[in-house]
Order: sequence, then structure tokens, then C-alpha cells
Amino acid sequence: MAITREQVQHVARLARLDLGEGELERLTLELDAIIDAVSKVAELDLADVPPTSHPLAVVNSWADDVPHGSLPVDEALANAPAREGNLVRVPPTV
Amino acid sequence: MPQRERGISSAFLRRSDMTDGIDTLRLTAEAAIGLVERRELSAGELHAAYLDAIGERDGELNAYLRIVPTADGHGIPIALKDVISTLGVETTAGSRILAGYVPVFDATVAARCRAAGLTLLGKTNTDEFAMGSSTENSAYGPTRNPWDPARVPGGSGGGTAAAVSGGLAPWGLGSDTGGSIKQPSALCGNVGLRPTYGTVSRYGVVAFASSLDQVGPVAKTVRDTALLYSIIAGKDPADSTTVELPEPVALPTGDRLDGVKIGVPGQVAALTAIEPGVRAAFERTLELARELGAEVGECDLPLSFDYGMPCYYLIAPAEASSNLARYDGVRFGPRVDGESYRAMVERTRDEGFGDEPKRRIMLGTYALSAGYYDAYYGQAQKVRTLLVREHAAVFERFDLIATPTSPTVAFPLGERSTDPLAMYACDLLTIPSCLAGLPGLNVPCGLSDGLPVGLQLIGPQFGENALFRAGHALEGAIGFDTVPERLRRTGEECLDRNRGAR
Repeated sequence: MAITREQVQHVARLARLDLGEGELERLTLELDAIIDAVSKVAELDLADVPPTSHPLAVVNSWADDVPHGSLPVDEALANAPAREGNLVRVPPTV
Repeated sequence: MPQRERGISSAFLRRSDMTDGIDTLRLTAEAAIGLVERRELSAGELHAAYLDAIGERDGELNAYLRIVPTADGHGIPIALKDVISTLGVETTAGSRILAGYVPVFDATVAARCRAAGLTLLGKTNTDEFAMGSSTENSAYGPTRNPWDPARVPGGSGGGTAAAVSGGLAPWGLGSDTGGSIKQPSALCGNVGLRPTYGTVSRYGVVAFASSLDQVGPVAKTVRDTALLYSIIAGKDPADSTTVELPEPVALPTGDRLDGVKIGVPGQVAALTAIEPGVRAAFERTLELARELGAEVGECDLPLSFDYGMPCYYLIAPAEASSNLARYDGVRFGPRVDGESYRAMVERTRDEGFGDEPKRRIMLGTYALSAGYYDAYYGQAQKVRTLLVREHAAVFERFDLIATPTSPTVAFPLGERSTDPLAMYACDLLTIPSCLAGLPGLNVPCGLSDGLPVGLQLIGPQFGENALFRAGHALEGAIGFDTVPERLRRTGEECLDRNRGAR
């Protein structure tokens, strides 16, 4: 096995996904097959090859240093599921 | 044409003698622009004609997630994939987690279409977060292929492709991460361009994998595709990855390919995944290219064929896991309540995401997690460097690369939806050039068992004009009829009856 059920459970916590039991079982099998397939990249010896994070050589693209408007609060909060004043309301964080 | 009161558009039918005469299955964007410019039709009448077509055929096809009832502009209509934010028009990316999300701003590409006078016809269906190759992963039901509704239109941009092929839009925009414009264009018999990375703004486009995502046009002809590309391309201060085009877009006119050197990867011959009918159409097209004066030779892309898929399925999910972290039930989308913040976020994400985004978030989170980063994401980024170099080496000897776009024609709904690796294999031929940041054009090149086959032309960085020239010349020689065979009779009847209107 490339990945165990416990590892899948751990990754789900990292990814903030409250997976059900059935989903955990299924994802363990599916991820195992996918990881097995993508692990093919390990065959290559790439010690001297630099990574490509971006296919276009754009360096330091700056915005003009001038003030400009931003979204008004009402628009920024227009899609929020719960609002209180100018804030988004969420359940207790601690 | 019999008028059928049907679904959402029945309220918007505004028939007149003029709109009755428009054959939306055959009308190209260029011809439509001519009609509007010569004032033979108003923008509103043209918009209404497409709404009529949508009312008639979209109950079966499900290309649109929602339509816009009135023309908001002076030009011709356009369909936008539902990953493109549209001011005041719900944008879901095919996901439940964005149900009801109404953007308060336009994506730059939507704003550029608006500035050009284009009227938004509606938002087209997509695999959830553009993850998939069949549009079956949409939370809002699959789109069906206009050539055969029992088959998929490809994906993730199956909605735009089916809309264009089914005469429900003259043209549209898609987004392409590993083939989501090119592959559905191939399966639906459209022209589709994935532009050079960096030439089209992604500002306001729902992000999937940011080092790969590109927005691009889908249309019936190469010229329409080039025209729409010219509307959306160019530097955008709101997307720091964009650059100015080194040369303006040139609408192609020539019908020859004299001196054009086309490389066909030797690996294509050995690839058993390519269906015989696809191979036959591809080889006939190469023969046509030679007759037009092209020099067709063999090139070599061994690493791209062997390592492109695994490289892509590490990089794209890794970036997706990061991009999709923003869907947390806090600022937008439906929320599932929980006793704590963390429980709320975890439940919202579990209920809001479908199977494929979950798979990719999990795979990406795993590939980026401590202890695995170097072996997976880091290694894949190095493989990507080799693929960039391998393509650059080919372009030292050749002007363009040609392969089939998809190894198969459109497959039946359900055939691959339970096997992730079988679905991923759809993009075998489109992925490597995406990783290299290169432009690719799908041109319909024939039929296999009555279903469209697509030719993929890959160009060097910023090589769009060369793709348009070659695509246009080939298109003329191929003579592919972009109207699905089963819809042709209706189209011809309409054409005969209304020839005067055109």
C-alpha cells in the first residue's frame, strides 16, 4: 500500500474535510492507486535539474504605486452566510 | 421551426420574422457580427434567437447552468464557462460550495467581452472546479454531447463546447488547466484555443491550479477563435502573471502551408490508447498538410509521453489543494453550522465539495505534506523543467507539433466516471504542452463512427498566430461540417426557408 487509512485520516484533518467512514475507505483505495501511478516521477534522477514553478519568466511585476479604490464593505460582505455589523460572524474559534 | 414552450427560456421568447431566420447551428461569429454591423439584426434579436435555440435544445443538452434573458450590449452574444466571475450573475464553478454566489465584480475576461459589446447569453456547465474530462463531475448534472446525447461532451468545459456545437452560442470562453478547452472541443467538433500561459488574465476566474490555468476561446472556425482571442488577450494589472502580446493577433487568411515544418512525436505511433478511427483521421490530416505544402517530420517527446501525466497529477492537485482552501463557509457560499469554527469549516467542505475536488484536495495535501514534498511536488516541478526543455528542443527544428487532441472520440456517459485513472487518461495528449506553458489549438479533423476527431496543434510560446494560420489552412482543406449530423436536417430546413435573411 502506498498510503494507509490512518494517513488518509491525517491528510483529511490537514485539508479540513470531515470525511465519513465510507468516504475514508473509498478514498484510501483510490488515492493508493493514484499515488502508485504518480510515483513514477521518482524513477528519474533529477538532482541537478532546477524546478519550474511557473512556465513564464516574469520577474517582479509591480503595480503602479498609486492609491485606488477597493470593494466597499457591503459588497465585500454581500455573499457572507452570516454577518454582524461590518464583520463576518463565525462559530467560536476556541 | 415549431415553437416549444420549454423551461427557463420560454418566458423570454421574442420571435420575429428575422430571428426565425437565423440558423444558429451554422452562423459563425464573424457572420453574426456582419449581420449586426449592417443592421440586418439588432443585438437583442440575435440574443433572442440563441435563447430560442437554448429553449429548444438545452433541455436535452444541459450546456447552460443559467441564462441571461436580455442582451446587455450592442454586439453578438457569448457564453462563458461558469468558472468566470460575472457581475450580478451567479457563478458556481459547477460546485455546490458556491451555490448562490453572485460576484460583485466581473472577471477581466468578462469585462473585456462586455467592453467589446458582447452580450452574455449565460453561464455554461463545467466539471466541478474545472476538474474532469467529461463534465460528469458537475454538481448540477452532466452536459450531453450534441453529436450523440448518450455521450459526454468532454471536460471540463463541456458546457461551452456543447453550446457552440449545438448552436446555443456563436462562441464562448473556457478555461484550460490540462486540456479543459482542447479536449471538449475535440469531442464536440469545435475549434478551441488554449493560449500561451500568461497571455490571458485569470483575475476573477475561479482558480484550480494557478501555474497552469489559462482562459481561452471556443468557436466554430479558426478565424472566430482568433478574433475572440484578440478581445481577451493582453496584460492585466490585476493578474501579475500576464504579459503584453509580442505581436498583435492576425486573423488568418491563407490556404497554404508552404514551408511550415510540422513535427509529429514518434511516440504517437506507439501509443495504443489512440483509437484506430482517431489515428486514421489524424493521418489523413497529415496527408492534407503535406498537400498544402507543409513538411511533416518526426520529432521526439519521450519524457512528455512517459512522465507528463504523473507530473501533472502531482502539480495540479497540489496547487488545487491550496486554491480550494478558501472555500470555508466564512465569506461566501452555503455554510453548514458546527459547534466550533473548525467543525463548521470541516462540515461545510465535506458537504460542499463533490468527489473529484475531494480526491484532488486530498492528493494535493498529501503531496505537499511534511516528509513528502520533495519526493512528490518538488520532484514533479523538476520533471516539468525537463518537459519545458524537451518541447523547446523540438521547436528548434519544427514550427508546430501535431498530435490527436484526444486518444478517443466522445465516450458514453458513465463509462469512466467510477475510475479516476481512466478519466485522467483522457488528457494524456493535451497535458505535456500545458505543463510547458505552450499554446495549443484543436481543429476538428474528421469523424470516427460518426463522432468528431480533433487535431491538436502545439506552437512555441506566443505562437498563436502560427497556430491560427496553420489551423485556418487545414480547416479549409479538411472541410469539416461543425453541425452535428443528427441536427443537420433541422438546420438545412431552416436555411432553405430563410435564405433571404442571411
